[in-house]
Amino acid sequence: MIEQLNLTMVNWARAQFALTAMYHWLFVPLTLGLSFLLAFFETLYVKTGKEEWKRITKFWMMLFAINFAIGVATGIILEFQFGTNWSNYSWMVGDIFGAPLAAEGIFAFFLEASFFAVMLFGWERVSKKTHLFSTWMVAVGSNFSALWILVANGWMQYPVGMDFNPDKARFEMANFWEVLFSPVAISKFTHATSSSFQLASLFVVGVSAWFLLKKRHQDMAKKSIIVASVFGLLASAFVIFTGDEAAYTNARVQPMKLAAFEGLYDGELNAGLVAAGIINNRKNPGDSQAPFLFEVKIPGLLSLLANREPGSFVPGINDLIYGNSEHNIMGVDKKIAQGRIAVELLSQYKNARKENDTERANAALANFNNYKDYLGFGYLKTPEEAAPPVALTFYSFHIMVILGTLFPLIFLLFLFYAYSDTISKKRWLLWLGLLSVPLAYVASQAGWIVAEVGRQPWTIQNLLPVSVARSNLTAGAVQTTFFLFLALFTILLVAEIKIMFKQIQIGPDFSGMPEEE
Amino acid sequence: MFGKLDLIQLQQLWWIIVSVVGSLFLFLTFVQGGQTLLSSAAKTELEKSLILNSIGRKWELTFTTLVLFGGALFAAFPLFYATSFGGAYWVWIAILFTFVVQAVSFEFRKKPDNLLGPRIYELFLFLNGSVGILLIGAAVGTFFTGSLFQLDDYNLVMWQHPLRGLEAAFNPFNVALGLFLVFLARSLGAMYLINNIDFRLDMMKNMEKRLRRAAFNNLVVGLPFLLFVLAKLVYMDGFAIDPISGEVVMESGKYLHNLLAMPAALGLLLLGLVLVLFGVFTCRYSRSRASIWFGGLGTVLVGLAIFFTAGFNSTPFYPSAFDLNSSLSIYNASSSRYTLTAMSYIALAVPFVLGYIAYFWHLMDREKLSTGEVSDFNAKEIY
Repeated sequence: MIEQLNLTMVNWARAQFALTAMYHWLFVPLTLGLSFLLAFFETLYVKTGKEEWKRITKFWMMLFAINFAIGVATGIILEFQFGTNWSNYSWMVGDIFGAPLAAEGIFAFFLEASFFAVMLFGWERVSKKTHLFSTWMVAVGSNFSALWILVANGWMQYPVGMDFNPDKARFEMANFWEVLFSPVAISKFTHATSSSFQLASLFVVGVSAWFLLKKRHQDMAKKSIIVASVFGLLASAFVIFTGDEAAYTNARVQPMKLAAFEGLYDGELNAGLVAAGIINNRKNPGDSQAPFLFEVKIPGLLSLLANREPGSFVPGINDLIYGNSEHNIMGVDKKIAQGRIAVELLSQYKNARKENDTERANAALANFNNYKDYLGFGYLKTPEEAAPPVALTFYSFHIMVILGTLFPLIFLLFLFYAYSDTISKKRWLLWLGLLSVPLAYVASQAGWIVAEVGRQPWTIQNLLPVSVARSNLTAGAVQTTFFLFLALFTILLVAEIKIMFKQIQIGPDFSGMPEEE
Repeated sequence: MFGKLDLIQLQQLWWIIVSVVGSLFLFLTFVQGGQTLLSSAAKTELEKSLILNSIGRKWELTFTTLVLFGGALFAAFPLFYATSFGGAYWVWIAILFTFVVQAVSFEFRKKPDNLLGPRIYELFLFLNGSVGILLIGAAVGTFFTGSLFQLDDYNLVMWQHPLRGLEAAFNPFNVALGLFLVFLARSLGAMYLINNIDFRLDMMKNMEKRLRRAAFNNLVVGLPFLLFVLAKLVYMDGFAIDPISGEVVMESGKYLHNLLAMPAALGLLLLGLVLVLFGVFTCRYSRSRASIWFGGLGTVLVGLAIFFTAGFNSTPFYPSAFDLNSSLSIYNASSSRYTLTAMSYIALAVPFVLGYIAYFWHLMDREKLSTGEVSDFNAKEIY
């Protein structure tokens, strides 16, 4: 297989996945969070019986529906892209990876699809309580969907619960529960959903702030701000907690990713956390250049966060590539050597099986089992290839963390001034709220860049490099579809944003409200 | 419960599950059919609005069923997923494109400032209902006519035709199947609209007439294609797995043999066709609003017969005409026993899912969609 490598095709396929995933993720977090906010608003309506809450719910629901449609449109490509551009991946791990995708369809998508229609069109068709139930089900369904797809993604970061089947040359599931409850899957799910709640809350706060700035619908805006800020603040606590958990798991299962997003080349005892820095672009693994042009470090904090043990050792990129005997770290160079033996033995085994030479097959298989853990490394060309792009991972991580820490302060300020009922006068805060909406999207996208770019060069950590996971396609074909998707998604995005802005401008409909309110 | 089944039983179970999901999708293409009826069955903006709001409340079910069909194939028969999607690249990309543009069109079409204008979104819906369904039919056709590919020792697919899948659309059998599905979808679409829209007002009578005629006429137009497909299916050489050697060989009249060897499949096919015809006739020549249930059930049964004929009775369901032994069957393309068992437990949720879909469908559609609901007064909440 390795002779047929066509790196250009792989890079176009990676670009296409990045493109479609990032477009999709422009819409998903709002769906995940706003669906719950709709459920809160509507619960308030049903509990208080006040028409006003119904109108508020309907306004946000309209925006939800616009966003939802394009989320669905961009999502279908992702599922089928595993087959079209990454067919070898689909075959080699479909036995494990397919299951959560199918489960997502059964458990989540049908909840969303069925109850979305009830929620949007059922106001006059079903009872109040059934309608409320449907709105809740849309929220539950959306977040279930996130659960299953993040279980699948978590498995790519930390492959567990499986065995390699040499006869089929693929990985097979050995324990479903290990896949489902993998610590990485849990941390992915909780971090992605809580940060999405944060984004959706900022969206509601930001749009409401705009209404206050325009002095329109001020009552709705204030009410929305209070609900969204409380939700956003709670979500923020989870974001920080699960983010810390994610870093801790990273140190266990993806130390290279951790080293990359901290720009740490040489491992240290009592390692410091970079608060801010500028990466030296000329720095390569193994050379003597300084990794940073400028950096501010908080001493000892990285050791504490990564290992929960002050003063502990955090391995750097160089330790992981070249090995560190003092800390018992096997270098990628050694892993590649073992991996190449595994590749060769697997091929011997397959040939012997073809020729019905049982004895030779058994010998090759027994020997293969000694090396199989490093099979994936056998497809890497150089040890340095095992390091992900450092600058992109580093900046994305730090942007995400800085913004993620800023957001709870914004929620706090909004809550404080909303309760003291002076919020309409704090124009600086309203502007800040409005500005934080695009920032929330930046933070959310940055998070995925850390997760996915930081995993390079692997599709499945340590098992399957991207260069082997691909389909047998020409670079031209993938390049063509890349630009097709780019054009189509960009047009649809522009349409979506224009429609969204227009609907916000039109605002909620409070016509014909009953007298007592 | 499923732990006691052996691998072959699980593979067969999963082919049945995949067939059920695929067949339900064919029924749900009434949405796509309705999309293509927009230009002929609706004469006014109000009528257009009625059609779009009626099928617009169901489009996500169809879409989701397609996604589940893909997901179930991925989980149960990953080698098919890898081979077909990575091999027949362009036909799948073309199909996906029509579904991407469909997904935004209902929501965006009538909204102010929607960049492209309502006509373009209506064109998107038409493309999805015509080209999209035609190509899906052509792709399913290759289950019988075969594709040109070879798998290497590591199951990496090497496609042997430069059109990468689109060549399927130049085979008469595949095209005929695709066209039949397009007209069937239109017929189902008309029957669904008859069921779903309130025609009691005098102004609605003309539209009702048009739709009742459309249900009938579209099936009449589609019938020759179906007859061609059936005739060809009975006569053509088919792909067969030799039970002794396990090699794939060509066998004349293979699919006829399958139908005769599996009377259940033949029965499903005939009963399904009768039900579809019954639905269409009652729609045209009676006042019945229930025709869609006959047409829909009939479609599901016909779909099951097609999938069973393609995959059971020692038949490779995704054959390669280029290299017979690269052909995929439910036996060599499936997931492991462990995964199929685990997935079977997950699939236990399917009847429950179908149950709540049916219940909420009933709740939502007890009252038929009226002109009042889609008039400008409620404009913000409609498509």
